[in-house]
Amino acid sequence: MLIRFFQMLRAAGVPVSITEFLTLLEALKTGTGTHAAPECVPVPVSPVEKFYYLARATLVKDERHYDRFDRVFAAHFKGAELAFEALLAAEVPADWLRDALRLQLSDEEKAKIEALGGWDALMETLRRRLAEQKARHQGGSKWIGTGGTSPFGAHGYHPEGVRMGQDGGGSRRAVKVWDRREFANLDDSVELGTRNVKLALRRLRRFARQGAAEQLDLDATIDGTARKAGLLDIRMVPERHNAVKVLLFLDIGGSMEDHVRICEELFSAARSEFKHLEYFYFHNFVYESVWKDNRRRHRERTPLTEVLRTYGHDYKLIVVGDATMSPYEIVQPGGSIEHWNEEPGAVWMKRLLASYPRHAWLNPEPRERWDYTPSIRITRELFEERMFPLTLEGLDRAMRSLQ
Amino acid sequence: MSGRTTARFTGSDRYVATGELMLAVNAAVTLGRPLLVKGEPGTGKTQLAQEVARALGAPLYEWHIKSTGKAQQGLYEYDAVSRLRDSQLGDARVADIANYIVPGMLWRAFESERQAVLLIDEIDKADIEFPNDLLRELDRMEFWVYETRQLIKARHRPIVFITSNNEKELPDAFLRRCFFHYIRFPDAETMERIVEVHYPGLKKALLSEALAAFYRVREVPGLRKKPSTSELLDWIKLLLAEDVPPEALRADDPKAAIPPLYGALLKNEQDVHLFEQLVFLDRRAGRPG
Repeated sequence: MLIRFFQMLRAAGVPVSITEFLTLLEALKTGTGTHAAPECVPVPVSPVEKFYYLARATLVKDERHYDRFDRVFAAHFKGAELAFEALLAAEVPADWLRDALRLQLSDEEKAKIEALGGWDALMETLRRRLAEQKARHQGGSKWIGTGGTSPFGAHGYHPEGVRMGQDGGGSRRAVKVWDRREFANLDDSVELGTRNVKLALRRLRRFARQGAAEQLDLDATIDGTARKAGLLDIRMVPERHNAVKVLLFLDIGGSMEDHVRICEELFSAARSEFKHLEYFYFHNFVYESVWKDNRRRHRERTPLTEVLRTYGHDYKLIVVGDATMSPYEIVQPGGSIEHWNEEPGAVWMKRLLASYPRHAWLNPEPRERWDYTPSIRITRELFEERMFPLTLEGLDRAMRSLQ
Repeated sequence: MSGRTTARFTGSDRYVATGELMLAVNAAVTLGRPLLVKGEPGTGKTQLAQEVARALGAPLYEWHIKSTGKAQQGLYEYDAVSRLRDSQLGDARVADIANYIVPGMLWRAFESERQAVLLIDEIDKADIEFPNDLLRELDRMEFWVYETRQLIKARHRPIVFITSNNEKELPDAFLRRCFFHYIRFPDAETMERIVEVHYPGLKKALLSEALAAFYRVREVPGLRKKPSTSELLDWIKLLLAEDVPPEALRADDPKAAIPPLYGALLKNEQDVHLFEQLVFLDRRAGRPG
């Protein structure tokens, strides 16, 4: 039964390893979870909850995965609490766990079958219970199937407002700990919002600043040693900071407004970490000119050639946009919806990319929709697949590809 | 190396541990694995190790990591520079290299007569390779001193606490070896118990008003640094010192819309400014007509 739970966790994108799983079994065997002196525990904790906390501490190593763990836990152990209370309270199951562990160590595959076979009856009830729950849990099982990569994944079935009060005197509270989904905000596949902007900022900082290791200052050491008549005098200097220069292109207008605001805030908050940060706006796609002030966009424009001239090749180019438009706007001369462009946007974009070999596109559109939008496909080809979703995880990957 | 400890941590008179935290601590202690603790700043991550050491009566070794920190510093350092100087000055100690091996925190915890508690504080501050360099040491609790050709083994497996503020991603291989606990921001009830532990006998009225005001400030959207437990405790200390009456903290009192001595809660100029603006807007909206 636990092996299936383990596999479900892996399928849901929680990175659990066999070592950790064995640790959990070991912990169960030594009775860490079952015999914690209850009189010392101020908050009443039922056997299932103990198992939940123990499993979480052993299997999950990142608070971003807490929410996924909660959901798998809910899906897997729905209705199994009673069975669990019996399992953790009784003496016999401990033997089983020991056996399971032994088998585990000898041959994993065999153990799996054996363990499942040995627990036929329990599995049967479990399955039946799970089947009964199907109706309510459609969303849940689908989520497990798709592996939790969806950026919308965290908007779950359980409304956040149902958090129960602190009156939980009994062991069976109305809302279980794992059902409260308190860690939903920490999941990194969620779209960037004001809530997780701070975390995103940390990622950016990490990107901008790398190590502060010290290194030997050879010249100063030789000089210092000579001055002290041969007595060794070692001088160290801090390693030079890797200051990153960033050129930010933001798609403005229509559906992009909100995302652009977040990105602006994000990058300007990280500004002190960059050596230079310049941003420019464009609408839908890049053509002859871009602008710096959106209110005066029609009067004060910067020709793209000037941008290419002004900012050196060591700048890193980050484009934020949904890349969702008619394909003509990219590939046809005169395709722009705002003016007559002599050359197609793709040509301008290629110039930009050639000038800045380190580039990435951040796209707030959900990843699943990318394949159905021709203009996104074209843009991705232009960017040689360096397009990333505007999520914490995507930001992370984008920054890594820029390094 | 001795067997595993049977002592249990159940919180202390100075530290309130939730059930889940105790479970994680005890599981880590029983199985002899390091416990990685994360959480908002000011939720008592560092204090946890100190309190566990106190509760178990174990010696505590604190290893605070800096951005220039290297894993080797926790094991030992070979002070080559002093040795070179001594050699030039003709010191007799030079002959024995062991004189220049300076043991680090990990070594000292290994050598401890009793089972020790080792705190590796803010591991994420260090270089990305730092945790990887400690894998074997934390796993087998032993390391090799090349200079003296000596194997240092732990007499008693120390209880290891590692804190992180999430500034860097920790490598998977390292995480696999740890237990993990994320200290959640305490809810109102736990918070009451925490305050009670620090300021026993605090007037009920003042406490509930202070907590209400505190959570109101925390709810203000867009704060750069939300006040945390340690800030709340400081603030209450100030309130007590200034003898502020509970009524002054009430939300419906227009004068109290900005809680007194809020400097202890908000640590950032922009936050204070934002807060004042919001309160101002709120007051204008509240005015009839």
